[in-house]
Amino acid sequence: MHIHVNGKVLEVEAATLAGLLRELDYEDGAVATAVNQSFVRKIDRDKTPLKEGDAVEILTPRQGG
Amino acid sequence: MEAALGEDRLFLYGAEFRSRLLAGTAQYPSPAILSRAIKAAKAEIVTVSLRRESGGSRTGERFFTLIRELGARVLPNTAGCRTVREAVTTAQMARELFDTSWIKLEVIGEEDTLQPDVFGLVEAASILVRDGFQVFPYTTEDLVAAEKLLGAGCEVLMPWGSPIGCGRGLNNPYALKSLRAHFPDVPLIIDAGIGAPSHVAAAMEMGFDAVLLNTAIAKAGDPVGMAGAFALAVEAGRAGYRAELMQARDMAAPSTPVIGRAFSERARA
Repeated sequence: MHIHVNGKVLEVEAATLAGLLRELDYEDGAVATAVNQSFVRKIDRDKTPLKEGDAVEILTPRQGG
Repeated sequence: MEAALGEDRLFLYGAEFRSRLLAGTAQYPSPAILSRAIKAAKAEIVTVSLRRESGGSRTGERFFTLIRELGARVLPNTAGCRTVREAVTTAQMARELFDTSWIKLEVIGEEDTLQPDVFGLVEAASILVRDGFQVFPYTTEDLVAAEKLLGAGCEVLMPWGSPIGCGRGLNNPYALKSLRAHFPDVPLIIDAGIGAPSHVAAAMEMGFDAVLLNTAIAKAGDPVGMAGAFALAVEAGRAGYRAELMQARDMAAPSTPVIGRAFSERARA
């Protein structure tokens, strides 16, 4: 399945958002997530299915002004 | 009236602060200099953002650890968002990641000036306030936009001094003074465009409650030294405001007593 992750198209096996984070080694990190521009809470990631073409954003803390 | 700075406090959404300088955390030469500069600025509130990162790199976590060690309150932003949807989603992600309902709301409407889209800003602020956020909207000096942001539930406004990162200071002092006069009881924070400590002193002398700056410190030759200079300017400007400035006049008025001046007509008579 092809998923857009942070703007890049990746071929992944995960069927859920939580699975995607595990597959891409984000699982233990401080990240926030959105699917198709909608926020997905941490507690909802394992029940958020992914489908072909979904756009996932995985964001972390960063410097800001 | 004595300007007792020790009793002077800034209140934002019920939280109390001594410092009136909010500092950004971007563009510093190193994390160590960032840390020292924030301390030299005496900032109690720092702005942060959210950005993409590759899995496993943990850069964001290291940064967040550094910020937590500073002990400052975190104000996440929605920097770079161009639509209401982007800003709202980013704010929701920031709330979970940083564990705060505070959000510096940016909805950018124009690329060259990074001018806020005040229409999108009001819409996004309305959505976020209903969702329990405490919104710090990055706005212009426009009075009507300010009214609508307050109507949407914002309790703080952050008008720009001039475009982000330009260092031009207060581009429109007349409008900023009008804004201050129009909303005497609303915390107003000058955000963006500050280039020099004198800009900050001028803003504080006008009666603005605080300033938010980043580039002017981070891009200085000596960021730590400049942070200290800005801290002094904020204190000086605030103390000047509280001590009540004299009224400017168009013509000269001698400060030394005129009566008793030697060689005057009266003395000769």
